[in-house]
Amino acid sequence: MRPVSSWGRLSALPHEVVELADRVAEALAGQKPGIAYGAGRSYGDECLNPGGVLWSTSLLDRLIAFDAANGRLVCEAGVLLRDVQRLMIPRGWSLPVVPGTQMATVGGAIANDVHGKNHHDSGTFGDHVRSLQLVRTDGETITCGPEERPDWYAATTGGLGLTGVIAQAELQLRPSPGPWLEAEIIAYAGLDDFFRLSEESTPEWEHTVSWIDCTSGTDARGLFMRAKPTDRSGGRLPRTGTDKGTRAMPFTPPFSLVNRLTLRALNALYYAVNKRRGGRHIVHYEPFLYPLDAIQQWNRLYGPRGFYQYQCVVPPGPGPQAVREMLDAIQRSGEGSILAVLKTFGDRPARGLLSFVQPGVTLALDFQNRPGALRLFERLDTIVRGAGGRLYPAKDARMSRDMFEAGYPRLPEFLPYRDPGISSAMSRRLMGS
Amino acid sequence: MTARTKIVVIGATSLIAEHCCRLWVQRGPVDLVLVARDAPRTERIATDLRVRGPGSTVEVMTADFTDAKDVARVADVTTAASPVDVVLIAHGFLPEQKLNEDIEFCRDTLVINAVSPALFAEAFAGHFAKANRGTIAIIGSVAGDRGRKVNYTYGASKGLLSRYAEGLDHRFAGTGVSVVLLKPGPTDTPMAAGHKAKGRKLASAEDVAHTIVRGIDAKKFVVYAPPFWQFIMLIVRHLPRFVFNRLNI
Repeated sequence: MRPVSSWGRLSALPHEVVELADRVAEALAGQKPGIAYGAGRSYGDECLNPGGVLWSTSLLDRLIAFDAANGRLVCEAGVLLRDVQRLMIPRGWSLPVVPGTQMATVGGAIANDVHGKNHHDSGTFGDHVRSLQLVRTDGETITCGPEERPDWYAATTGGLGLTGVIAQAELQLRPSPGPWLEAEIIAYAGLDDFFRLSEESTPEWEHTVSWIDCTSGTDARGLFMRAKPTDRSGGRLPRTGTDKGTRAMPFTPPFSLVNRLTLRALNALYYAVNKRRGGRHIVHYEPFLYPLDAIQQWNRLYGPRGFYQYQCVVPPGPGPQAVREMLDAIQRSGEGSILAVLKTFGDRPARGLLSFVQPGVTLALDFQNRPGALRLFERLDTIVRGAGGRLYPAKDARMSRDMFEAGYPRLPEFLPYRDPGISSAMSRRLMGS
Repeated sequence: MTARTKIVVIGATSLIAEHCCRLWVQRGPVDLVLVARDAPRTERIATDLRVRGPGSTVEVMTADFTDAKDVARVADVTTAASPVDVVLIAHGFLPEQKLNEDIEFCRDTLVINAVSPALFAEAFAGHFAKANRGTIAIIGSVAGDRGRKVNYTYGASKGLLSRYAEGLDHRFAGTGVSVVLLKPGPTDTPMAAGHKAKGRKLASAEDVAHTIVRGIDAKKFVVYAPPFWQFIMLIVRHLPRFVFNRLNI
């Protein structure tokens, strides 16, 4: 037994950690219920099972085959997205969809059907999985994909790791002109401005995202960032061969450095610094696509009590109004963070029965773990529900079962595909077992 | 044009060794020979390395690590076709000291962690001496720097490798052959699962591999990984006995 946390560091309870290596089916058989644990980058209790078993996939990180003619990569589920990118971009291929950190695993990216800044262009991670191998705790191995046993594929994509342990996957990479992006930062004032920029940036810009000052309320000042691949070079490559040189948060401060006293100042500072950097630049893909990876273990910033992330999506019609109401509620609560993201999704529906992404607008914010934040979440839940939206399980540690069922109407279709030998703190909270 | 680097890895299923191989194939084409006991596991590692470094060649060879004749055969066969630039001797296991009450287990610990790697070093030293080239890189441990009650059988094995490496370094001074002694601290590998259960902070195998690969490039005689261990062990080595024996370390 050893203490294990997820990215939000809300708990560090003991788990029986079993390293999966060569013989996955044998390792799963005859054990108490467990859940696969990849890089531990989901924020809440999805990858946790306190007092129970965790199947760690960190040693399941081998590449199996790559076809340089058509960009198809077969690899084990514990491979980090970072390793795929760093190996394949120099060879002219890249992952079509990447989340805001590249320190997540392939298995985790499938189990959460993650999205990136290019959703309008490329859909979700699951759209580029050609097939995957699912090992059930009864010893059965199921190979599924968009064509082969598509029902298992739809259940497993975004299936929160509950349909079996994803052991390996075949991914379709896309041709990449190289590691450089042409990027532009535009300051905006007001949500109308944000939606106008989002609208006019597609289809020309592959990646769009915006940072928003969550203390600015309905005036919503922020920075709109967009980028597209370019074959022009931005100069010297950053040092990526080794992680030496990347900065890390070296220890956990005794209290959250982001708090009510510093919140406004930090947001104003971030806005001012980045506004001055506005305009067009050629940038390397790593700092643009994975700004959070610039400081390793940044999650320690929020102190020993950890933090929550609240990420919701609301449909296009009621979306703008719902976002206004949420920003207003957040501003009035005085809670919040400097890490607030506002982004529109494209119209492409996701494949998974429990995939988070749906057409509309998504808002994501971190909150230090305080009673005030939990009270605020209740108010935000009401707004999201009223607008027909949903919360992102990968980020969640507290939504009610009711809220989950309201946001995920296909849950009854999903349940028959669950592996009875798999259970997580999240599955018990949201599905009762 | 220079010839491609040829590297032989003894104990290639060790996680640290595997990460060293990843770094080698990722930075350019090399010729690797992976030597291990478990063929299927080694094949999976080889497959991964071939995908990571399509320009490299990766061969797999199995051997009985405790049989001196087989150790000699590995050195003969791998050096026969073309000269070897680096041999990384990486095998070993971290036993629970309390199991030493079983004296046969104690013997196995000493044979696998000390005798076998020393024999590999000696076997390759003979070939490297004739060729007047090659780097013998041996993975020792910080535990080899001073015997401690918690793991002195393991520590003594690694200590033997330190003396062996010193002797080889002395022997090859001024020649084309180099000796590199690598001393990792506790590292996050399956071998150190016990450390992890106690909640100790462990270095990642990937970081340790970076330090090892750089150390081998630089042909530095002693390399601590991560490097801060050299300061800690400097103190541990020099603590007077009356102080040391009161410590529960």
